[in-house]
Amino acid sequence: MSDTAAGLLQVGLLLACLAAVYRPFGGYLARVYTSDNDLRIERATYKLLGVDSKADQTWAVYARSLIAFSALSVVLLYLLQRLQHWLPLSLGLPNVESGLAFNTAASFVSNTNWQSYVPEAVMGHLVQFAGLAVQNFLSAAVGIVVAIALLRGFSRSTTDRLGNFWVDLTRTVLRVLLPIAVLGTVALVAMGVVQNFSGGHEVTSVVGQTQTLPGGAVASQEVIKELGTNGGGYYNANSAHPFENPNPLSNLFEIFLLLVIPVCLTRTFGLMVKDRRQGYAILGVMATIWSAFVVLATLFEVQGAGSATQAAGAALEGKETRFGEWASALFAVSTTGTSTGAVNSMHDSFTPLGGGTALFHMMLGEVTPGGTGTGLYGMLILAVLAVFVAGLMVGRTPEYLKKKITAREMKLVSLYILTTPTLVLVGSSIAMGLATARASILNTDSPHGFSEVLYAFTSAGNNNGSAFAGISANTPFYNTALGLVMLLGRFVPIVFALALAGSLARQHPVPVTQGTLPTHKALFVTMLVGVVLIVTGLTYFPALTLGPLAEGL
Amino acid sequence: MASNLPGSVRQLGVALRALLVFTAVLGIVYPLVMTGVAQALFHGNANGSIIKVNGKEVASDLIGQAYTMESGKLDSDGKAIMVADPKWFQTRPSASDYDAKASGGSNLGPNNADLLAAIDEWRKAVAALEGVAPSQVPPDAVTASGSGLDPNISPAYAALQVNRVARERDLSVEQVHKLVKDSTEGRVLGFLGEPRVNVVKLNAAMAALG
Repeated sequence: MSDTAAGLLQVGLLLACLAAVYRPFGGYLARVYTSDNDLRIERATYKLLGVDSKADQTWAVYARSLIAFSALSVVLLYLLQRLQHWLPLSLGLPNVESGLAFNTAASFVSNTNWQSYVPEAVMGHLVQFAGLAVQNFLSAAVGIVVAIALLRGFSRSTTDRLGNFWVDLTRTVLRVLLPIAVLGTVALVAMGVVQNFSGGHEVTSVVGQTQTLPGGAVASQEVIKELGTNGGGYYNANSAHPFENPNPLSNLFEIFLLLVIPVCLTRTFGLMVKDRRQGYAILGVMATIWSAFVVLATLFEVQGAGSATQAAGAALEGKETRFGEWASALFAVSTTGTSTGAVNSMHDSFTPLGGGTALFHMMLGEVTPGGTGTGLYGMLILAVLAVFVAGLMVGRTPEYLKKKITAREMKLVSLYILTTPTLVLVGSSIAMGLATARASILNTDSPHGFSEVLYAFTSAGNNNGSAFAGISANTPFYNTALGLVMLLGRFVPIVFALALAGSLARQHPVPVTQGTLPTHKALFVTMLVGVVLIVTGLTYFPALTLGPLAEGL
Repeated sequence: MASNLPGSVRQLGVALRALLVFTAVLGIVYPLVMTGVAQALFHGNANGSIIKVNGKEVASDLIGQAYTMESGKLDSDGKAIMVADPKWFQTRPSASDYDAKASGGSNLGPNNADLLAAIDEWRKAVAALEGVAPSQVPPDAVTASGSGLDPNISPAYAALQVNRVARERDLSVEQVHKLVKDSTEGRVLGFLGEPRVNVVKLNAAMAALG
C-alpha cells in the first residue's frame, strides 16, 4: 500500500471511531449534567464536602468556587514538590526548586502541562501520581464544567443560577473521566505501556553495556493525560517515549482519547440547547479547520523543506520510526488543536512550515476542537462574535440561540478574545528584549530561535503545553513569566466566560423570526471559520512573519 | 458548615475538602488499583516487555540500545569514544545516547547548521561501515529520534546492514535475512504507522545464535 493510501486510511479510522461514539457519548454527557439524581457515591462525597447538591449558584459564586479550588490546587501541588524528598516514593530525588515548583504547579492546574524539567530526573513517583495526575483529572474537569455553565446560560432563561460547581465537578470526575480512565489504562497496558512502581530496572545488553529502564504508573497517567487534554509526559520524551506510546495502534488510541471529549461535547451542546443542528454546525467549523491543518502539516512534513531536512533525505529528525511523517503530523495537529500539548515527535525539528502549522493551530485559541470544555466555550464565544459581525453587516440586533447579544455580552466576548493574544505577544516581546531570556534559545542561527520563544508563550497563554523544546525554559525568567501567563491565560478567560453565561441566563428568550440569522447552516459555518481564521490571523500575522514564515518562505 | 462565615471562606473550606477527597481517590486509590490490575493481567507489558537471552535480561523490546564498542581513543574529557560494533545491527543516532533515564530528541531545527554537519558526519560514517556510497544511506540512519530510545529502524536501513553483519559473524546472507524478517513489523492493520525492523529483538536473536 502506498504511503498516502495508508496515511489517509489512518485518518479515516480515527474519524470513524469518533463518529461511532459521537451520539452515544455526547448524549451521555448531556444526561450527566442535566440529571436531577445523585449517585450514592456522589451523595457521600457531597456530605464529606459539606455541599448541598440542590443549591444552584450564581455565576459569581460558581466562579469563586472554581477559583478557590484551583488556587488551593496550586498550593498543594507546589508543597508536594517542595517536600517530595521527605515523602514516600520520592526515588531519592531532592525537593524541587521553588521557581520550577511554581511553574509546574501553575502548569498542571491550568491544564497546560508545560514542563520545563526532565521528569525522570526531577519528579518522584508520588508527585507524579498523587500530584500531577490528580490535576490531570481535576483541571480537565474544571474546563468541562465551565463549558456546561455556558451551555446553561444559553438554555436557561430569567434566572441568575448556573448550576453548582461542586456537583458538576464531582459528576465529571466520577461519571466521565474516571470510568474511561480505568478502561483506557487496561487498554494501554495491553498495548505495551508500563504500569509499575519500579525505581529503575537494570539490564545488561548483548554488548555488555548496562541500561537502566525507568518505571512508573505510566498507563494510568497517560490515559488521563490525553483524555483530559493535559499533555504532561511521564517521561521527558512524552508520547514519543516507547513506554508511553509503544506502537502505531497506541498512537491512534491516544489521538482518539485527546479528541473524544471536545468533539462529543458539541453533541452535548446541541442537546442542551434543544437544537442538535447547532451542535453539528459547531462541529463542522472545528472539523473543517482541523482537517485543513492535518492536510497542511502532513504535506509540509512529507515535502521535507529545510537544509538539514533535505540533507537527511526526509523530515525524520525528532520523529520515531514507528510513526513516520504521517502519524507524527496527525498527532501534532490534534495536540495543538486541543489544549493537550503531548507530542509523539519533536516539533522543534519539524520543517519550518510544518512546525509553523502547529504553532498557528494553537494561536487559533485551541478551538478546533479545543481542550476539554475550553474548546467548546472558546468556540461558542467566537460564534457570538460571528453573529455580532453578521448583525453589523445587515444592521440588525444580533441574536444567538434565542439570546440577544447586547453591549454587555460583547464587552465580555471582546475581553475574552483579547486576553490570550495580549499575554502571548507582550510576553514574547519582553522575552526577546531581555538578553538573559534570549540566551535560552537553542537554534540561534535563524528565525527559528524567535519561533522557539513565540511557541513557548503561545503554548503557555493557550494552555497547550507543547514546546519547541530546544529552548532552555528552566530559568527564573521563563519559570516565572510562563507560570503567570499560564494562570492568567486560563482563569481570566474563564471568569469572562462565566460572566457571559450569567448574563445570558438572565435574559428572556427572543422569538425566532424571519430576520433571525440561522446559525445551523453552511453560510454561518463558513462565516465562523472565517472569523476564527481572520481574528487570530490578523492578531498574530506580524509575529508569524518574523518566525516560521521568515524561515519557511 | 457555619453559615455566618463569609462566602469565600466557606468556599475555601469546601475546596480544601474536595481536593483531599479527590487526591485520595484519583491520586492514591486509582493508581494503586490500576497497577494491581495491570500486573495481574499483563505482567510482561506492565513491567517493560523485558526480553531475555539465555535466561539473562538483556533489554526491553520497546527501548532502543547502542551497539557500540570502545574505539581505543579518548575524547577531550578523557572518556572513551564509542564506535559502531560491526557484529551487531545498528540503531539510529540518539540525542540521549540511549540513556533510558534521559529520553529526548535533539530539538535542532530544520535549518540548523550543527544538525547539517552532524547529518553529513553520520552519513559518511554509515557509508564507511557498510561499504556503500553515501547516497545509499537512508534518512533514518542519519536522524535522531524524538525519544532518543527508538528501538526501530526502517527496513531499508536493516537491508543495508545485512551483508556486513553476515560477514562479521560468518553467517550466510540468507540466514541474516531471515532473522531480519522475523524482527520486521508491517503497518498495524496494514495502514497504521510505518513498517519497521526492531533492532533490539534482532540483535537478541543474533546473540541467542551464539
